Amino acid sequence: MQVKRVEKQLNAFEKLGIPEIIKGMLFTFGSMFKKRVTRQYPEERYVAPAAVKGQPLLVENEDGTPRCVACSLCEVVCPPKAITIQAEETDRYIEREPEEFSIDMLRCILCGLCEEVCPKEAIVMSDRYELAAFTREELVFHKDQLLTPKADLRKRIDFTKEKFDKWNS
Amino acid sequence: MSAIEITFMLGKILAFFGIVVALAALSTLAERKVSAWIQLRYGPNRVGPFGILQPLADGLKFIFKEEVVPDGANKLLFRLAPAMVATPALLAVSVIPFSFPVMIDGVSHAMSIIDVPIALLIILALGSLQVYGILFGGWASNNKYSLLGGLRSSAQMVSYELTLILSILVVMMLSGTMNLTDMFYDQETGQVLLWTIFKFPVGTIAFGLFLIAAFAETNRHPFDLAEAETELVGGFHTEYSSMKFALFFIGEYAAMVTMSCLLVILFLGGPTLFGLLVGIENTWVRALLGMGVFLAKLCSFLFLFIWVRWTIPRYRWDQLMHLGWKVLLPISLVNIVLAGVWVIYIAPTWGG
Repeated sequence: MQVKRVEKQLNAFEKLGIPEIIKGMLFTFGSMFKKRVTRQYPEERYVAPAAVKGQPLLVENEDGTPRCVACSLCEVVCPPKAITIQAEETDRYIEREPEEFSIDMLRCILCGLCEEVCPKEAIVMSDRYELAAFTREELVFHKDQLLTPKADLRKRIDFTKEKFDKWNS
Repeated sequence: MSAIEITFMLGKILAFFGIVVALAALSTLAERKVSAWIQLRYGPNRVGPFGILQPLADGLKFIFKEEVVPDGANKLLFRLAPAMVATPALLAVSVIPFSFPVMIDGVSHAMSIIDVPIALLIILALGSLQVYGILFGGWASNNKYSLLGGLRSSAQMVSYELTLILSILVVMMLSGTMNLTDMFYDQETGQVLLWTIFKFPVGTIAFGLFLIAAFAETNRHPFDLAEAETELVGGFHTEYSSMKFALFFIGEYAAMVTMSCLLVILFLGGPTLFGLLVGIENTWVRALLGMGVFLAKLCSFLFLFIWVRWTIPRYRWDQLMHLGWKVLLPISLVNIVLAGVWVIYIAPTWGG
């Protein structure tokens, strides 16, 4: 391939590099007064957009009952086996609900398969991303910790509806 | 020696030593702050207001860290090296006048810890001693990167010291003295000297040469080949930890402060401000104001050192030697001849 090489002819003053050094110095001096790009984390929190897959949470109906029907699909599909479900009977129309539903966040890989497989939109990936604790026990979340009002998870539910094209509400 | 003189002496020692150590500590903070600002970050801002206590926190951390002496290291030299870097840098403060002399009982006392006629020589001698510390540190670590760093540093300092001394020689020719206090004044008339940097072209060229050589002498960017991180891990202080590393750090920054002091005294007229302060009758007020001016100039040079570090890329090793021996040395030799011409033909017409 023909390469055309263009070399700028520098005069003696330019060869010293002094103009370029001054240019660089002025640039760095100017950038000292530009807007900072750092987020001051503990004070300034990151608001995750709907597409972010954070900690999976259970959806709670407006009347305070869990949407989950304890079908165990998520338990089966979960690749690292983080979900444990114990079903029980209920007098409600849906007849089944989880007696115990726990997600071990030490095992969870935030893949979102549980959300994808759920026929009732009962488990969704929330925008919670601060998953740290001092003990292992603290990171195993149980039913009462996981149940979140539907209104709080609205953003993600709408997103998944659009994304998975699910019409089973 | 009267009681007031002894008190004055002790006060000077405490004050000047304190100023230099505090400046060295604060410039580590300034280094991190300015680098952060240039890179659009905030820098340390968690310890105290604006992170002002960060140097203290760093010091505490260094004290509590484990001291590691590598296997096969020369134990004596390994322990001696940090002290040999820090001591000369701090000792050089003793001859630097921070302000105008003050009158006590009708006798003029210089505002330096000791007032000697050969102050410049002492500073240069102590500056050269610092090389030994770095070379010892590099050699005693029993680590190839440390050794390379030490070797580079010593070769670099030896070649740039020539330029440094030759540019100081020009200042000595222009002012006619080696006493740093006298460098503010004309010896015969007692008038304030014109700042050397304005004596174009001789003084200006000497200033440029001295500035470049000062960067090389203090192992700062763009000549910090002794600790070029990308090539030599950490250079001569790779194997150092804990307070020994902190001493290297203090030595480096104290040397930076000393070099800035020299720059201010030799080229920017020390505490003088275009002759404004000299008219003040009360010598104590004059000395205090002069010290303020001196510290302001000093801090601007410290800022320059840091600013340059975060702007200019590092020189390659052969480029460094090329610049030192083939460019700066001939220029400084020619500059001496020019200075001679200046002293004989031009200076008398300028009135000093």
